[in-house]
Amino acid sequence: MSDVPINKRRSGSNLSVPNADALDKAADVEGRSLWQDAFRRLKANRAAMISAIFLIVLAFICFVGTAFVPWSYEEIDWDILEATPPNFATGHYLGTDSLGRDLLARILQGGQVSFLVGILATSVALVIGVSVGATAGFVGGRVDQFLMRFVDVMYAVPLMFFIIILMVVFGRNFYLMFLAIGFVEWLTMSRIVRGQTLTLKNKEFIEAARASGGSTTSIILRHIVPNVFGVVIVYVTLTIPQVILLESFLSFLGLGVQPPMTSWGALIAEGAQEMEITPRTLILPAVCLSTTLFCFNFLGDGLRDALDPKDR
Amino acid sequence: MSDAFLQVRDLKVHFPIRTGGILIGRYTPLKAVDGVSFDLNPGETLGVVGESGCGKSTLGRAVLQLIGATDGAVSWLGTDLTSLNKKELIAARENLQIVFQDPLASLDPRMTAGDIIAEPLLNYRSTMSKAERRMMVEGIMERVGLLPRMINRYPHEFSGGQCQRIGIARAMILRPKLVICDEPVSALDVSIQAQVVNLLMDLQRDFGLALLFISHDLAIVRHISHRVLVLYLGRVMELADKAALYATPRHPYTQALLSAVPIPDPTQERNKDRILLTGDLPSPLNPPTGCVFRTRCGKATDLCASQTPKLERAGDGQEVACHHWKD
Ligand SMILES: Nc1ncnc2c1ncn2[C@@H]1O[C@H](COP(=O)(O)OP(=O)(O)OP(=O)(O)O)[C@@H](O)[C@H]1O
Ligand code: SF4
Ligand SMILES: [Mg+2]
Repeated sequence: MSDVPINKRRSGSNLSVPNADALDKAADVEGRSLWQDAFRRLKANRAAMISAIFLIVLAFICFVGTAFVPWSYEEIDWDILEATPPNFATGHYLGTDSLGRDLLARILQGGQVSFLVGILATSVALVIGVSVGATAGFVGGRVDQFLMRFVDVMYAVPLMFFIIILMVVFGRNFYLMFLAIGFVEWLTMSRIVRGQTLTLKNKEFIEAARASGGSTTSIILRHIVPNVFGVVIVYVTLTIPQVILLESFLSFLGLGVQPPMTSWGALIAEGAQEMEITPRTLILPAVCLSTTLFCFNFLGDGLRDALDPKDR
Repeated sequence: MSDAFLQVRDLKVHFPIRTGGILIGRYTPLKAVDGVSFDLNPGETLGVVGESGCGKSTLGRAVLQLIGATDGAVSWLGTDLTSLNKKELIAARENLQIVFQDPLASLDPRMTAGDIIAEPLLNYRSTMSKAERRMMVEGIMERVGLLPRMINRYPHEFSGGQCQRIGIARAMILRPKLVICDEPVSALDVSIQAQVVNLLMDLQRDFGLALLFISHDLAIVRHISHRVLVLYLGRVMELADKAALYATPRHPYTQALLSAVPIPDPTQERNKDRILLTGDLPSPLNPPTGCVFRTRCGKATDLCASQTPKLERAGDGQEVACHHWKD
């Protein structure tokens, strides 16, 4: 089950590893570790590198750019009060939305929320999922039974129900939403990691490590984690877009970010209502969101390939 | 016996296997190793032979305590390994190493050859500097016939024989006193088998190692061992010096095994008596009563079904577990 994402995504990866052979020769005699190697291979993968650079630049613009935009995301330009096309004289470089707010400022601020939710919620899912999954898989027995039954129960709780309850109990909080999404997304992660750990646990090289005097901790750190990482990283890059989309869905239902604050998902929802009059308000955030998701996928593919020494 | 090096006494490894039972499982013990005893002296090679599934690997792993023993004792330099806690066991393993059957599977695919070979050093010589470690790794690589400049290659970039050399280098880098070789050559080409076996013999001579050499290939065992232990369904059938075992096999099972080995002389080969083993290996979950070999033995009598034969002396340095070995 856990293999599906890899196999599906295998084709079309390996876009470009032009002179990996020459690189290998050069690195042959120097010391090298898996991580150094992985980074070297990642650098040789053009699609992944372009995606990474693009994501960094985009995130940078979203977080720093707001300072250079003449309008803030919540300010209403009372002279306009309707959607207008780009106008450099008024400082609305991408025009305004139907309430007369600066579209560029809103896209930048929405990007901040989307990036944050993507990264924070996924980190929560990653940390919980990997620790629960690896423990269940490696320790096995009753611990495994208990943890996995708990996961089963969590799966059965409807997501919306869970999030609404959280919102009711703790009030509407921006960061709570990240946590809530992360708490839901870790379930699949833990199952994937557990499955991988189980197959690894019985491999001969784990036994060899034990015979070489390795303790349980050193075996988990030296052998299990690096071998599980390739699969986890792909799942992470699949989770980030999922989380970003989930956030926009929540925002659309009024459970996510609250106006005037916005996110790309929320902007798209707003824009969709007016797409016949001002397609700009839909297209611009949609382009931002889809390019970002696209880049995350490429980066994930590249990371997976880079972490597998067999994929030269 | 105060000069005890390795003493295995009545070692038993039983795996609980779930057999039926709907809600509450019913477990039957699978007796993979059932009452094995032997001694091993410093610098000696004991060959362990037997059919697939007779418990050879389980025996080797139980000696290292990679699998817990159900019963019995493994005493190493006077301490019983089965009574040690985790930490003491790790300390004891410094002198006990193992080379596995599947060369590629026993190497972490995400580690370079150098890191794999250096792993025991990280565990037991943690104060060693990186440069020292590298020097030792390169030294042992050269010793086992690997080019030191391959230190940064990953396992999949090596051939099977080279992978096995990496496995051997990892086992040898701490200069252990005992190395268990679990069919170290059965996955390799015949031409490479000879090289690896000779390498093991060289290392044994140079380092004064004791080897527990597990194999199902009687010719290789004859080449490398001083003494041979014949295992069947987890029990010792015969334990004898190499010369005695190959010249005068006493146990019907050993005789059958040896008669299946081709003799390089055509006239002898044509005239020799072949003892064919009929039937399959019985399930270790439900072994025959009395002598476990009786279902396939030509000499079996009623006594064999009712009483389990004990190992008894059958000549100089030869012990056999059979009621009728004299006939
Ligand atoms: N972890 C385990 N759980 C249950 N049964 C096991 C386990 N390991 C081994 N066995 C069983 O114990 C018996 C002996 O297995 P073992 O691997 O020791 O045989 P072997 O002599 O090494 O065979 P081969 O020559 O094929 O390697 C087999 O019947 C096997 O099915
Ligand atoms: S004890 Fe009986 S069955 Fe067993 S090997 Fe001897 S003769 Fe055969
Ligand atoms: Mg085996």
